[in-house]
Amino acid sequence: MNTSPCQGPDHLTRRSLLRGTTAAGLSWLTPLADILAAEAATAPSGKPARSLILLWLGGAASQLDTFDPHPETKIGGGVKTIPTAIKGVSFASGLEQTASVMQDVSLIRSMVSKEGDHERAFYNIKTGYRPDPTLIHPSIGAIVCHELPDAKIEIPTHVSILPNQWPARGGFFGAKYDAFQMYDPKSPVPDVKARVNDKRLDQRMEGLSVVEQAFARGREPDLDQSKTLHQLSMQRARKMMSSEQLKAFNVSDAPVKDLSVYGDTPFGRSCYSAVRLIQAGVRCVEVTLNGWDTHANNFEGQATQVKILDAAYASLIRDLKKLGLLQSTIVVCGGEFGRTPKINNVGGRDHWPHAFSMLVAGGGFAGGRVIGSTDPTGEKKEPERPVLVEDLHATIQNLLGIDYSKEVMTPVGRPMALSKGEPVKELQAHA
Amino acid sequence: MNSASPTPSWLLWLRTAVILGALAVGICWGVAELLAPPVRLAGSASRLSKSAQADIQLAAAKVDAEFEKDWAQRQLQPVARADDLTIVRRLSLALTGSIPSLEEVRMLEALKEPDLPQWWLSHLLTDRRTSDYLAERLARVYVGIENGQFFIYRRRRLVEWLSDSIQQNRPYDQIARALIDSHGVWTTNPAVNFVSVTRENNKGPDEVKLAAKVSRAFLGVRIDCVQCHDGKLGSTWKQTDFHQLAAFFGQADFSLNGLHDDPKLSYKVRYLGQAEEAKVSPHVPWKPELLPAKGEPRTRLAAWVTAKENKAFARTIVNRMWALLFNRPLVSPVDEIPLDGPFPPGMEILADDFTTHRYDLQRLIRVIVSTRAFQMSSQSADPDHPVTTAAENAWAAFPVTRLRPEQMAGSVIQAASLSTIDSDTHVLFRIKRDIDVANFVKRYGDSGEDNFEDSGGTIPQRLLLMNGNMITNNTSGNPFINASTRISMLAPDTASAVEAAYLSIFTRRPTAAEAEHFKGLLASAKNTSTRSNAMSDLYWTLMNATEFSWNH
Repeated sequence: MNTSPCQGPDHLTRRSLLRGTTAAGLSWLTPLADILAAEAATAPSGKPARSLILLWLGGAASQLDTFDPHPETKIGGGVKTIPTAIKGVSFASGLEQTASVMQDVSLIRSMVSKEGDHERAFYNIKTGYRPDPTLIHPSIGAIVCHELPDAKIEIPTHVSILPNQWPARGGFFGAKYDAFQMYDPKSPVPDVKARVNDKRLDQRMEGLSVVEQAFARGREPDLDQSKTLHQLSMQRARKMMSSEQLKAFNVSDAPVKDLSVYGDTPFGRSCYSAVRLIQAGVRCVEVTLNGWDTHANNFEGQATQVKILDAAYASLIRDLKKLGLLQSTIVVCGGEFGRTPKINNVGGRDHWPHAFSMLVAGGGFAGGRVIGSTDPTGEKKEPERPVLVEDLHATIQNLLGIDYSKEVMTPVGRPMALSKGEPVKELQAHA
Repeated sequence: MNSASPTPSWLLWLRTAVILGALAVGICWGVAELLAPPVRLAGSASRLSKSAQADIQLAAAKVDAEFEKDWAQRQLQPVARADDLTIVRRLSLALTGSIPSLEEVRMLEALKEPDLPQWWLSHLLTDRRTSDYLAERLARVYVGIENGQFFIYRRRRLVEWLSDSIQQNRPYDQIARALIDSHGVWTTNPAVNFVSVTRENNKGPDEVKLAAKVSRAFLGVRIDCVQCHDGKLGSTWKQTDFHQLAAFFGQADFSLNGLHDDPKLSYKVRYLGQAEEAKVSPHVPWKPELLPAKGEPRTRLAAWVTAKENKAFARTIVNRMWALLFNRPLVSPVDEIPLDGPFPPGMEILADDFTTHRYDLQRLIRVIVSTRAFQMSSQSADPDHPVTTAAENAWAAFPVTRLRPEQMAGSVIQAASLSTIDSDTHVLFRIKRDIDVANFVKRYGDSGEDNFEDSGGTIPQRLLLMNGNMITNNTSGNPFINASTRISMLAPDTASAVEAAYLSIFTRRPTAAEAEHFKGLLASAKNTSTRSNAMSDLYWTLMNATEFSWNH
């Protein structure tokens, strides 16, 4: 929940909300989005969050060149710093816009993981579990969709924009919880447009029911519901094809000025689309910004990505807030691990899972707080007040009103908790 | 444009005549292709001798007897045998990754063979498509799907080597031994890639990954679960079991001459609760008496894994071959078979038969295909007593399983072409096919290493099939490559057009209700263009049906 004194939720009346909506160029609001916005606006403080945005800095951002700089030290790499909206907290320069929204955002400087390989670390950060050869854990987005189903949504409720090799998966909850993958929203979502006119499509579907009858003969009556999900997913696909909510995917009709503040980049456009999707009722959107794996020329490489991130991240937070959605939407931003304090002989930083940074905002996360700290000399691996990956997961689920400790039965017959971590109380606005 | 001199009329007549003549020849050829069997394939299969066939039937009958006893105990009524074409479709999907072509179906029907599926199996076992496809499926088990580090790993070479081995029917124990204990360079000795794929960051091979792979791929044991601590939840494996197995790879190293074993090297690990790393010497986790006393560690391990008395080895490949043929393993998950049982019906008989017949993979396939379980229908003939999940789980009905993405892609492309796409197909077409398959699989969702999870369909998959390029290109008007247009142009009447579409896509004829429905649609088409549309609608409809996406 928002803790900034003059921007409390009570300040947002429905009218001001709609004004904000128009201002953000999101006047295409569907009735459902309208209801959701109204619900959000009247939400009493402490009401669980309802959606989640995950911004993955793929390849692993360097905490030292972004959110946890140590200027004038051996490990600092000559970093210049800037003040942020949180008193006494500095960022690396280049993050000016993000610095200015920090009253609504909290920073963890002490994320700790045991995975130093990209693939394993991504698995870990997305699922809250380390890879296990006997089963695939569901990603946090799949858990949210599984635990908080919503029949009103006609488009996929779990979306991955600009996915890298490891998009969020449904794991043991099944492929229907896999994230729906899409690319730069500049181009329309592929394959959602029927290739024939409605009359022919209806004729095709009519023929299909004749064929399905032949297949169903002599088989279990609920084969489709219980196993193949074929006709079911086809119905959902058709519903999606004709849904007004589909517009949320496409940014081509967005006013240039609204879009340009996000930066004219695929990641910026994707963040803008993420806001629209959340507004349309989507539960979880992940957006990936790759390119942070700077084993060589770390400083140039990080600065390039920081520029893309800064405009997009700050705009996303601002727009969510303007739309009254920040209090119901959790926003998490970070990489799969951090980068080494030691600068290698080609000016790069290598993998460092021992202490890295993450931004958390909205949906019941307090704003303006910083927890954890790292050693300015880089000698000491362990940070102060370590936060484990699973603890972040437990916190997110807790804020969404999900019983994170609930055990579910996995296909291998092993009960497993949704998260094995514990919520981080200091990060919650109403702990 | 207007300044061209007028063409003499006789030349115009000649040109028209040539065009009409060419069209006539084309149509005759097309109709012939649509309706008649080509002679090229007939008789090309390597047939088994009567006594060999009888011997296989005998082995299959033993498997059947065990299943029948099990069904009786469970009070399950097995369903009837499937028709020949259904079994032919299953075989093509399992062994070549695609449905049979219309050309093949017509040819088979013209053969008048008493046992069509057996004839087709013999044919497929000589077909390069089969060894290529099986090699790819096995390669996924041995090395996964990633391409790895180019300097020390060539996945393509390994797949070719496996395909050659399967084509030549090289005994399976020899294949396994070569993978575990090869020396040399990954390009000239492709089996080495099994080890070299595990290398990371300029170190030697990864002993941990190798121990996990050997135990899963060849022994059906998930001993890698005890890498970090002793077994829990009823598992009796100890952390030492795993690392002592890994230690067999402790001397393997890379040099300019490729993979070799260096006796000076050893495997070290820090066990849970210990402060220091300690040297681990190689030991096998069971039946130590089968381990040769002398030799290089990897050679000793290979001998132990493939020892006749080490039955886990035979059971594991039996389970995998069963899984490849049914799209579902006998014991699930496919790489976890209890060492001391209990085993499901058929398992021990198949494993023993495989061992006593010199690890003959082709024979194993033939025996499984000859069982009642494989030839059974997936549909009950009595609609009042439909097939139940319990019956499917006990193999009293053929299980309905989701086709793998590459099987889907292969089938879409094959269904859209009337003639067979195999090694005789023009290379450019095959390259285009490979690219199409790769793109489709990427969008449809690659299922990665060879698992046999039965997850249901997803929205992106349905969207891809409903509106994607591959389906659209392969079903709408394009007379050069696609079958729907050609059938619509060439079929003599609506009934044969509908039948040709059904045989191309479902490998069966339409039911009366289906024939009625689609004949009506085609008949109502007023001109060539609406008829072509109706035909592509029919193609689209069949390709979007559950029947096309699920093996049955």
